[in-house]
Amino acid sequence: MTVKEMIQGADLEVKAAANCLDTEVTGGYSGDLISAVIANAEEGNVWITWHVHPNIVAAALVVKLAAIILISGRQPEEETVKKADEEGIPILVSKQPAFAIIGKLNNMGIMGEK
Amino acid sequence: MKLVTFRADLHLHTCLSPCADNEMMPKAIVNEARRKGLDIIGICDHNSTRNVAAVRRACGDGEVAVIGGVEVCSEEEVHILALFDEEESLHQMQQLIDVNLHGENNPEYFGEQLLCNECDDIIGFEDRMLIGATELTVEEIVENIHRFGGLAIASHVDREAFSLIGQLGFVPDGLEIDACEISTLHSITESRDSIPQISNYPIVRSSDAHRLEDIGRVSIAFTGTSPCAEELSRALHGENGREVVL
Ligand SMILES: [Zn+2]
Ligand SMILES: [Zn+2]
Repeated sequence: MTVKEMIQGADLEVKAAANCLDTEVTGGYSGDLISAVIANAEEGNVWITWHVHPNIVAAALVVKLAAIILISGRQPEEETVKKADEEGIPILVSKQPAFAIIGKLNNMGIMGEK
Repeated sequence: MKLVTFRADLHLHTCLSPCADNEMMPKAIVNEARRKGLDIIGICDHNSTRNVAAVRRACGDGEVAVIGGVEVCSEEEVHILALFDEEESLHQMQQLIDVNLHGENNPEYFGEQLLCNECDDIIGFEDRMLIGATELTVEEIVENIHRFGGLAIASHVDREAFSLIGQLGFVPDGLEIDACEISTLHSITESRDSIPQISNYPIVRSSDAHRLEDIGRVSIAFTGTSPCAEELSRALHGENGREVVL
């Protein structure tokens, strides 16, 4: 499944890097300890987080994430959007809280075993 | 001017922090600091400066000097130490925290938050939930600390929980912290190896004591003309022959 297909299926709003949605999604990772994301998430994963700080883009680049999903309608900081546009890291916003959006992604076949 | 060496433990909690022992009272802290040979103690409760004055009075004109401070919890749950020389700066910092911190403490779950005087009497209980996170970003906290004339130090960067590196992965671009603090958990070499980025910043070590026996467990020495935050800042930047010895 591509990022674009995931966006349509999970009702996500694109906030940055709208031209980088063709990446294949390999799985998901959830957590708000960015050091843990860097250590455990895998290339092509989508990351479900509450963080809106610009450092999420840097973490996504290190891991080569496919996209970042912000939960509960959280809005990325201006600097975060700017960086994500520059680096081509899609930032997507879900109105749902983490538990609900992860359930939905699981049902769509996006899993996370780590 | 002649430079003197000061031994400092910059990060102590008092009984005002819900997670600290209730015996962390002003006189007891000062006595323990003296026993451990410290010249300076930094008082940094979670999101509150309200026991600083009592510890300062407990010191009187004694051999231990107090640097007033606070350990602010950012929106991202990053702990930042703020250290100030001026009473007015502490007051400004507290006002900023108060409007950005919500919720009421539940002592049963989080612990009591004791306000005391310099004789170690309890004079009140803080109702605000000091263990909580403020609505201030790390950038806003550091910017305001500097605006109020203080020093901003990233707490226990080698720890996973509530640290700049743990929560945010890296020191954010352009964040002007004055130093990174390494906890009692790791040596400086270990921390520099696992987090190479901190080598770009001055390093301090402090105990983050929540119990009397932990006061001074680690500390720094720095050279300067007087035991205050301003001189510490000069030492961190290596001004005019001043230095920090780890
Ligand atoms: Zn802390
Ligand atoms: Zn602390």
